[in-house]
Amino acid sequence: MLCCICKEKEATVHLTQIAGDKMQKVDLCEECAKTKGVNDPTGFSLADLLLGLGASQEIEQAGGGVELKCARCGFSQADFKKAGRLGCPECYKTFAEPLEGLLKTMHKGTRHVGKVPESLRQSRDLSDRLRLLQKRLAKAIQDEDFEEAAILRDEIKQTTARLSTPTPT
Amino acid sequence: MDIHDFLTPPAETARRKGPYDRIVMSSRVRLARNLKGAAFPGWAKKPERIRVLELIRPAVESLPEMKDAFGETMDSLSTLDKQILVERHLISREHAAKSAGSGLVFNRDETLCFMINEEDHLRMQALRPGLQLRQAWTAIDQADSALEKKLEYAFNPELGYLTACPTNIGTGIRVSAMLHLPGLVLAEQINPIIQSVNKLGLAVRGLYGEGTEALGNVFQVSNQMTLGESESAIVERLEKVLAQIIEHEENARASLLEKKPKMVYNHIGRAYGILANAHSISSKETMNLLSLMRLGVDVGLFPGVDRALVDELFILTQPAHLQKQHSEKLSAEERDLLRADMVRERLKPVSRPIARPAPPPGAGLDKQ
Repeated sequence: MLCCICKEKEATVHLTQIAGDKMQKVDLCEECAKTKGVNDPTGFSLADLLLGLGASQEIEQAGGGVELKCARCGFSQADFKKAGRLGCPECYKTFAEPLEGLLKTMHKGTRHVGKVPESLRQSRDLSDRLRLLQKRLAKAIQDEDFEEAAILRDEIKQTTARLSTPTPT
Repeated sequence: MDIHDFLTPPAETARRKGPYDRIVMSSRVRLARNLKGAAFPGWAKKPERIRVLELIRPAVESLPEMKDAFGETMDSLSTLDKQILVERHLISREHAAKSAGSGLVFNRDETLCFMINEEDHLRMQALRPGLQLRQAWTAIDQADSALEKKLEYAFNPELGYLTACPTNIGTGIRVSAMLHLPGLVLAEQINPIIQSVNKLGLAVRGLYGEGTEALGNVFQVSNQMTLGESESAIVERLEKVLAQIIEHEENARASLLEKKPKMVYNHIGRAYGILANAHSISSKETMNLLSLMRLGVDVGLFPGVDRALVDELFILTQPAHLQKQHSEKLSAEERDLLRADMVRERLKPVSRPIARPAPPPGAGLDKQ
C-alpha cells in the first residue's frame, strides 16, 4: 500500500478513526508521518490531517468553478487547498458557504455556545433577545393576537436600536 | 536570561504530584486566540507577524500570574533549546520550527505557557500534574479573561473565536490528559478502548499503527470538537471518559497480576535487566522499557524506589536533553552509548525486581 500523501513510498503508519458511524483511514509512509507530526503525541490529530486532504476538495466544489478570494487578505481557495488553514479571520466570511458543510461534519454544532469576550457579551445577549422576540412576534401574528404583536414590535424596535449603538468598551 | 537557568530541573519536575498520577501523567487545557484584523501567522508576512508578536508579548508579560516569567523570541533560541522545550511538552513541534516573528512566554513553575504566532496568533496553555482538568481550565480561563481586556480578539457571535484551522473554531479549546496505560497494552485491551473513546468524539494520539503500542505506553486523550459545546461541558465530558479509562487500567493491572503474574514479572524483569546492563540503547527502546519499570514501581516490584526516578529518566534520556549534558555534538550512535551509560549509572542503587510484589500502602491494587 502506498502513502496517501506522497503516493511514492510504502505506507507503514496506519491510522483509523471512528466518529459516529463513519470510519476514516489514513495510510502514511514514515517520512510523511513525521512531517505531519504523527509521531508527536502532542501535536497530531487525524481530523487535522483529513481536513488537509479532504476539506479542500469540498471547498473547491462549493465554489462552483468561480475562485473565491478573501478581499481582506487575498487568500484563495487554492491556498486553502495547499495549507488546510485559512488566511485571516475575515476568510470565515468569504468562505462561509463552502465552510458550512465542513464545520457541520467536524463539530458538534454550527453555533458557538461557549465563552464570549466580556465586551461582546452584551450585544450577544441583545441579539439572542431579538431572535426570541421575532419568533414571538411571528406567532402572535399567526394567532391574530395584534395587541401582543404591537407590544412585541415596539420591543423589537428598542432592542434593534440598542444593538446598533456601539457599547463603550 | 539563559533558558536553562529558568527551566525546572527534571529531578524536580518528576517529583510533582497530582491526583491519579500513577496513571495520569499530566493535564492540559489550551486555548487558541487570534487578533482582529490581522492575517493568521501561516499567511501573514514577517512584518505583520512581528507587529502581532509585539502586541501580544507585552500583554501576556503584564499578567499578574506571569510576573516572574521567561519570555523570548523564537529566533533567539537555539534549535537544541527549542527541542528541549518540545521534550518538556512546553511547546509544540510546530512552534519549535518557528523563528523570527514568533515568541514564547512561560512562568517559573511551568504551569502556564503562551506560544505567540504558532498556528494561531496566541495559543495559551495551563498545565497541571495528574488529573486536574478543571483546575487547568480555571487557570487558563482567568488568564484569557484578563488578556481580552488588552487585546481585541477575532470573535464572531455565530462561530465564536476564529482560528486559522476550522477544526479549532468556536471555543478554541483543547482539553487533554497524558495517560500511562501499560496494563491495557499488556492485556491487549488498548485497541477496543481507543476505538470506544474515538466513538465519543475524542482523539487518542500517539504513534501507533493498527494493533501496535504507543511509545512508552503513553497516550494522549483530547477533545476534537470545539464548536457547539461549551468549555465546561467539554471538560466534564473528558473527566467522565478519563475516570473510565483510569478504572479500566487499574482493573487490567489487577487482573494481569492475578491471572498472568509471570507474564507481568517477566516483562518488568527483562526491562530492568536491559536498562541496568545495556551499553547502547535507543531513545525509543528506553522509553518502552522505562514504561515497564514505572509499572513495576506502581505494582510494588521495586520496594523503596520512587516513581520520580523513572519519570526523571523519561525526560533525561530524550535526545535533546541528552545532548544538552554534553558539550560536543553527538551522533545518534554516540547518544545511544551515553544514554545507556547514564541509565546504568542511575539504576545502580536500584535492586532487581523482587519475585512477588509487596504492595506499597495506597497502591490501589486491592479492589475495595
